[in-house]
Amino acid sequence: MPTLSVFLDVPFAPKTTSKLLDDFQQDEDPNKVCLGYGVCMTGEKIPWLSPVVIRTLRRLIHDPSFNYSYLPEHGLEAFIRVATELLVGRHSPAIVENRIGGVHTIGGNGAILLGAKFLKDWHRGPRVVYLQQSQREQYGLIFQELGFSLREYTFWDSYRLVSDTGKLFDIVEHAPDRSILLLYNFGSFLLPRKRWYKLSKLLKRKQIFLFCDIPDQGFVSGDPDQDNKILRYFVTQGFEFFCNERVGNLVVVAVSNKSLLCIRSQLDIYTRYMWGSPPALGSRVITTILSNPALRMEWKKSLRGMVESIMLTREKVKEKLRLLRTPGSWEHLTGQDGMYGFLGITVEQLDYLVTKKHIYIPMNGLINFTCINSQNIDYITQSINEAVLAIGPGPQPKEPPKVLVIPNNSDPKNLDHMTSETKSLGAKASPLPAYLHSKK
Amino acid sequence: MADRESLLPARPSVQRLGRDRLLSPVKDFRIDALGAGAGPGGVRALAAALGLAMPSSIFSDVPQAQPVLVFKLTADFREDPDPRKVNLGVGAYRTDEGQPWVLPVVRKVELQLAKNDSLNHEYLPILGLPEFRTNASHIALGEDSPAIKEKRIGSVQALGGTGALRIGAEFLRRWYNGTNNVSTPVYVSAPTWENHNGVFGAAGFVDIRTYHYWDAAKRGLDLKGLLQDMENAPEFSIFVLHACAHNPTGTDPTPEQWEKIASVMKRRFLFPFFDSAYQGFASGDLDKDAWAVRYFVNEGFELFCAQSFSKNFGLYNERVGNLTVVGKDADNVLRVLSQMEKIVRVLWSNPPAQGARIVATTLSSPELFTEWKENVKTMADRILLMRAELRSRLEALGTPGTWNHITEQIGMFSFTGLTTKQVEYLINEKHIYLLPSGRINMCGLTTKNLDYVATSIHEAVTKVQ
Repeated sequence: MPTLSVFLDVPFAPKTTSKLLDDFQQDEDPNKVCLGYGVCMTGEKIPWLSPVVIRTLRRLIHDPSFNYSYLPEHGLEAFIRVATELLVGRHSPAIVENRIGGVHTIGGNGAILLGAKFLKDWHRGPRVVYLQQSQREQYGLIFQELGFSLREYTFWDSYRLVSDTGKLFDIVEHAPDRSILLLYNFGSFLLPRKRWYKLSKLLKRKQIFLFCDIPDQGFVSGDPDQDNKILRYFVTQGFEFFCNERVGNLVVVAVSNKSLLCIRSQLDIYTRYMWGSPPALGSRVITTILSNPALRMEWKKSLRGMVESIMLTREKVKEKLRLLRTPGSWEHLTGQDGMYGFLGITVEQLDYLVTKKHIYIPMNGLINFTCINSQNIDYITQSINEAVLAIGPGPQPKEPPKVLVIPNNSDPKNLDHMTSETKSLGAKASPLPAYLHSKK
Repeated sequence: MADRESLLPARPSVQRLGRDRLLSPVKDFRIDALGAGAGPGGVRALAAALGLAMPSSIFSDVPQAQPVLVFKLTADFREDPDPRKVNLGVGAYRTDEGQPWVLPVVRKVELQLAKNDSLNHEYLPILGLPEFRTNASHIALGEDSPAIKEKRIGSVQALGGTGALRIGAEFLRRWYNGTNNVSTPVYVSAPTWENHNGVFGAAGFVDIRTYHYWDAAKRGLDLKGLLQDMENAPEFSIFVLHACAHNPTGTDPTPEQWEKIASVMKRRFLFPFFDSAYQGFASGDLDKDAWAVRYFVNEGFELFCAQSFSKNFGLYNERVGNLTVVGKDADNVLRVLSQMEKIVRVLWSNPPAQGARIVATTLSSPELFTEWKENVKTMADRILLMRAELRSRLEALGTPGTWNHITEQIGMFSFTGLTTKQVEYLINEKHIYLLPSGRINMCGLTTKNLDYVATSIHEAVTKVQ
């Protein structure tokens, strides 16, 4: 036996997860707060679970017919159906025409991974993905590993302190034809209706492939149907696209039933060699709730309650800052929707909060409002006030670049050769691995 | 589904639209509250009604892939109206009533966990639930393993055995035998579980070969062929070994045969990648079933062991698996795990908690652990009984051929030795579903269908060549 390890040359990989959380956990200050959690928290500092979820879980487990038989490769059919219906509405033309389907995956990551793999193998076009800055940490690596190059955009205007989704037109106009556009939280876009039509035309003209990322349905307005209006419009406009429902459903909207079946069958192959079939419990809870009108109503109510509480928190923070006479405008705190929002402070002020006040905020200034509760709101607002007064207004922020090209330095050992920039239209995709060819 | 014609706006109103208005159909349709075009179908239905070409798909050359054979078999079985039908295809445990079985200890723990208010559904760490990982690896390697004492093991929670294999394969493709060396040969047994090929192929390996394993003539292990393949394999090749209860043949090397295998692998610097999906299920004894893995560890090998808790905990659909890594020393293992964390991040990011919690709770409590071992033995014993019963019936019927392999083979499956024609006969004429290879799942047998299956096999063997 050689005394040398076969792993001798394996380098140590630096941690990929947020350093912010690690620092927060190691901090011993009693006042420490983390505003960067990716989870919806309650006032008692625990993750929010709708009471109907807890009850349903318990009831499922006590059900004598409950067993653990393998799900099919694409997962629990009933779950896919209810999740898709939640997204596009039960009467969606795509459902009527049977050209919408899904694959039940391992959360949002699994859905993005499946979609990305499929696009890598079957989408003819430049290997370019446009994604929002906040999505990069989670999904950027997946695309990069598969040989895509990333272009990062943001709607947040740190000068005017406003989220301008109109920028999307500019971004799409300048994107190479047939690029892939990862759109986060489509529902929260404050676009007037006639702009939807214009956007739809623009996307069609440039043949941009839409990959929607839907993290928290209902968290913007309190009503999932309301949140998904723009998405549903696009479904009626005949787009083919993917939706990542972060509960773990990759929704495929195709042009026809036949196309859907072909796409689904290929996605099944990827899942077969990755996780076999998805885990069942969570999907069963969701299916039970969404299929039962009473439970569904109860869930929607609790969701609305949570969203109202977030809106209230925003108001309170804004009010407290106003009362403290903190310099600057804080309108943007209530001007943004959903669980997250940009704080609108400078990098130096942010640094002050992290290092001096033990308030942990990610570098991009995006905070999770559910991490603010009655116990820490005063400390937080006073600290923000302190930071702004201590540091003063920063230098006039420059207009941020419209699109940031991200160098692909994550993994130099990519299999795919197409890591460099735009390829011209009609470029041939790399040869397909043998196992993807279906047997005639 | 409603008739599309009746749902469209009536013809006259459509014809009223001038050409230019057709180009901007949105203005003319009411957009209802849900944002859909007027009537189901919207623009698309209009286009169809007017005979306009449908927009073509950018995915028009995506072919429909074939479904997996085993799943198709089960689907056919489900649709078969014949009351005598028997499913001997899929690899999951069934009770004597032909039902899936939730292990009593699992149900107990499940209820316990549901009552525990302090448990929440926050994300697990990327590498998984720590208590699960430690307990899972200890079960495979044994508490007194030198590797554990010397702190040179690592574990990664994965999505079932499939996920564990995939993580291991992804790592090896990137970092083993060079960097991103996709040409390192990967050897799988002939035959093996089909997914082995798929997983290693999907991970990027381009040279997947077979090693001799099943000797159809003598219905046993082809040790000579196996050892020869290992002698001829390029150094540092990866060998996928079944820890016990080989799928599909049910034929395992004896301890003496394992010793010979290990000796050749050591000399040729071949990498052992164990697939352990049936620990406890094969003989009813956890330690006995782990003998091969532990022997290799004692011999100083660095190895991977992909573990599945689908069968021995009956937790199939919660996807509970673990990849155990054994290295030369702690530092190597640390570096390996750090790279595996990166890989997990771009696969599923965080593993599911439920199944892992059940396993961890069970393995770390002495009473629950004992109860679990009894549950596992229950399953193993029923399988042994079915083996004995089937063999004795075939021998009593005087079915041509020898049938001792049915009781000599181990685990859930038996390689009956039936030809493809005989298998077809069984499926089409007798509504008994099994794989074309002749593999049957012993769990599909019950006291109620044993006679029917035995006489059917007898018929198939005597009537069909």
